[in-house]
Amino acid sequence: MTLPANELPNAAVEAVSTAPNGNRKSAPVDLTNRYLRSYFLDHAYDEMFDSEGKVRPHYRLLLDTFSSLPEEELARRKHSADISFRTQGITFTVYGNQEGTERIFPYDMLPRIITGAEWDRIERGLIQRITALNLFLGDVYNDGKILRDGFVPREIVYSCPHFRREMRGLQVPRNVYIAVTGTDLLRLNDGNFVVLEDNLRVPSGVSYMLTSRRVMKRAFPQTFRSYGVRPIEHYPQVLLSALRSLAPEGRPEPTIVLLTPGVYNSAYFEHTYLARQMGIELVEGRDLVIHDNIVYMRTTAGLKRVDVIYRRVDDDFIDPLAFRADSILGVAGLFNAYRAGNVTLANAFGTGLADDKALYAYVPAIIRYYLKEDPILPNVETFLMTDSAQRQHAFANLENLVVKAVGESGGYGMLIGPHSTKEQQAEFRDRIEANPRNYIAQPTLNFSRSPCLMGDVDDPSIEPRHVDLRPYILYGDKVTVVPGGLTRVALRKGSLVVNSSQGGGSKDTWVLHA
Amino acid sequence: MLSRVADSLYWMSRYLERAEHTVRMLDVNFSMTLDPSSTSEEGRWKRVLAALGNPEGLEWNGDFYALAHALAFDRESRASITGCIAAARENARQVREEITSEQWQQLNRMYHRVTDEVPEKGDRLDEFPASTLNDLHLFQGATDTSMSHGEGWHFIQIGRAIERATAIATLIGVFDWDASESVSEGAGSQQFLEWIGLLRCCTAFESYCNVYTADLTQPQILQFLLLNKEFPHSVRYSIDQLRWALMALQEGSGRLVAEELSRVAGRLQASLNFCEISEVMAQGVGPYVHNISHQCRHIHSLIYRDYIHYKVHVALSQ
Repeated sequence: MTLPANELPNAAVEAVSTAPNGNRKSAPVDLTNRYLRSYFLDHAYDEMFDSEGKVRPHYRLLLDTFSSLPEEELARRKHSADISFRTQGITFTVYGNQEGTERIFPYDMLPRIITGAEWDRIERGLIQRITALNLFLGDVYNDGKILRDGFVPREIVYSCPHFRREMRGLQVPRNVYIAVTGTDLLRLNDGNFVVLEDNLRVPSGVSYMLTSRRVMKRAFPQTFRSYGVRPIEHYPQVLLSALRSLAPEGRPEPTIVLLTPGVYNSAYFEHTYLARQMGIELVEGRDLVIHDNIVYMRTTAGLKRVDVIYRRVDDDFIDPLAFRADSILGVAGLFNAYRAGNVTLANAFGTGLADDKALYAYVPAIIRYYLKEDPILPNVETFLMTDSAQRQHAFANLENLVVKAVGESGGYGMLIGPHSTKEQQAEFRDRIEANPRNYIAQPTLNFSRSPCLMGDVDDPSIEPRHVDLRPYILYGDKVTVVPGGLTRVALRKGSLVVNSSQGGGSKDTWVLHA
Repeated sequence: MLSRVADSLYWMSRYLERAEHTVRMLDVNFSMTLDPSSTSEEGRWKRVLAALGNPEGLEWNGDFYALAHALAFDRESRASITGCIAAARENARQVREEITSEQWQQLNRMYHRVTDEVPEKGDRLDEFPASTLNDLHLFQGATDTSMSHGEGWHFIQIGRAIERATAIATLIGVFDWDASESVSEGAGSQQFLEWIGLLRCCTAFESYCNVYTADLTQPQILQFLLLNKEFPHSVRYSIDQLRWALMALQEGSGRLVAEELSRVAGRLQASLNFCEISEVMAQGVGPYVHNISHQCRHIHSLIYRDYIHYKVHVALSQ
């Protein structure tokens, strides 16, 4: 329910939830602010307002700034931000179109603000998690102590499609398997962050984090300055020095390249952007040749030896001799050169084992096993379909759960219980029984909302939309989390899908010093 | 520079040069078809196709408008103007980070202008050549003024020089010189028109007049189009540019000797620099220009052998 501000000056009006889970709860919102006329609160955590409807202190300045801007000025800044995105060529590729059309990445003008205290906890939690997962990969691909000690079942590891037997007994430089991670976090009703999933293979999106920061600094310079936001612009340098530190021994001046699947990949813009920012060559598989287990790139001045490959090509496609034989994106013989220790790949092969959705349930145990610490960032409660008690529990509660196929990503192969029919539930029950290893179930999550600038250009309003957070973690000679990340927004009202192919967008993420 | 990048820049440049040449051929012959002429419509357009290397899929079927339309807008043909611009853009897209935003935006704008709306047969033929030439010139300007004149730029120069020299040589080769010789005594007005058309296809008419006045003779026209030192569409000028870019490339790369390539390109340049037009005419214009095209193809394959598709064991032994 919404009312125009001028009819009820200074009145607190009930705003009613439209969230799927019922359990309605109301909260007052200050309706003297014309931009907030469509704002609503319910049991979902709101990033800007507390449960009483009061503005959280760190959002006060932002809200005041936006509220004080006339519509025309807002429109003007929005317009110049649009132009800035377009001229920087910040696009992603939409598949299925004849020519692979490039589109502007949708973005929101209101930054998401994270306090210093909140961030410190996130940072410690991510460093802990990535350290443990990296130790886990090193252990599983070598001694397998954790399997012997029974903390992670062997079946889960060996049945994972991303487990690479080829990696057994291989020493990777500095024992770092996961140089780059993007971990997806959600904030639940109680205000705490939980880990939804780790992306340990070829995480993307960091270029949007960097470019939207540039645009926001230009659009709101004073607000940005008074907030005291931690910088993120050094990400390319940190990445480059992480990659450099992972070079094979005896290569003090390593040549580093970024390997892209090519111009038709949806993240191609990001590949060109990062290569340019780091000042390294952007190569495709056909630019590389292997001779005597040494990797070279073809240049007009002859063959040039390559030492470190920041690869944005999946395991499956990277070497037709070692993995999928029908891949034309990869380089024949690359895996042998890698095993011979003549080239470093970041990330290593087989890291997908540690972001398997079934293995995810064991990450808290993995952290306790290697670090003897309790996890700082909790997991989402997860039911394993391979466990008969958990499976029976899930079957009895399918209408309240989300069922996910472990091998799929991007919202495919999912059953969302509250929005499903009896037939769909029955179908998933059959599928789970046929292949329990392939599925997990989790409770339906109601994650936090952040204020977004919605409405037409001449009639803007601030409305809450669901957001997640993907910080990027770099691992070279040490683990570094760049303070910020990609905040993805489900721009459609009521939607929980933040994926850019399905109506999602992004917004700048401000981590404060204080 | 990655070999793949050099390859894309080279072909981007060749396709744009080809588009420009085709635009001019279309525009000039379109207006010449309107005048009464000793050459039949069929003969003229068959010669246009021959000058463009008889591209696949483009044929004379008696309908002049259909052919002109296809030459301008047939997206499927790599010989049409639209097809060339699309191919150039595709090459540029592969190396987006190697060219400047000014270049990319101009190429993109041009591409969208020619592909967004395909007109009915016979439409837009008045406006299309002029605006496309204008776009191509803008791209040329953006390239010269915004891109570093380093290795990538040299590959662009090489692509353009080879394409241009080949195109002009082929055009001269298919021109009916015998017919023009027989009437040159009386110098009929129709013959003048043919000569003016030839010069205009090479954007040479005004420059020619600056050198020789409007006095059109066969030896002078050949001298100008083949051997002029200053005119940018003469064969000699293109080969001078090619040679210069190849030398800059070798200096820059520091490694490659590319001995055979230097020798072949140098010999071609010398033969154009020290040649007399009377010798060419005695030997026969056809065989002479045919040999130039042949040399250009040879240079192209040597560039590819040395810089792009070299064998791994050869490169490692150097």
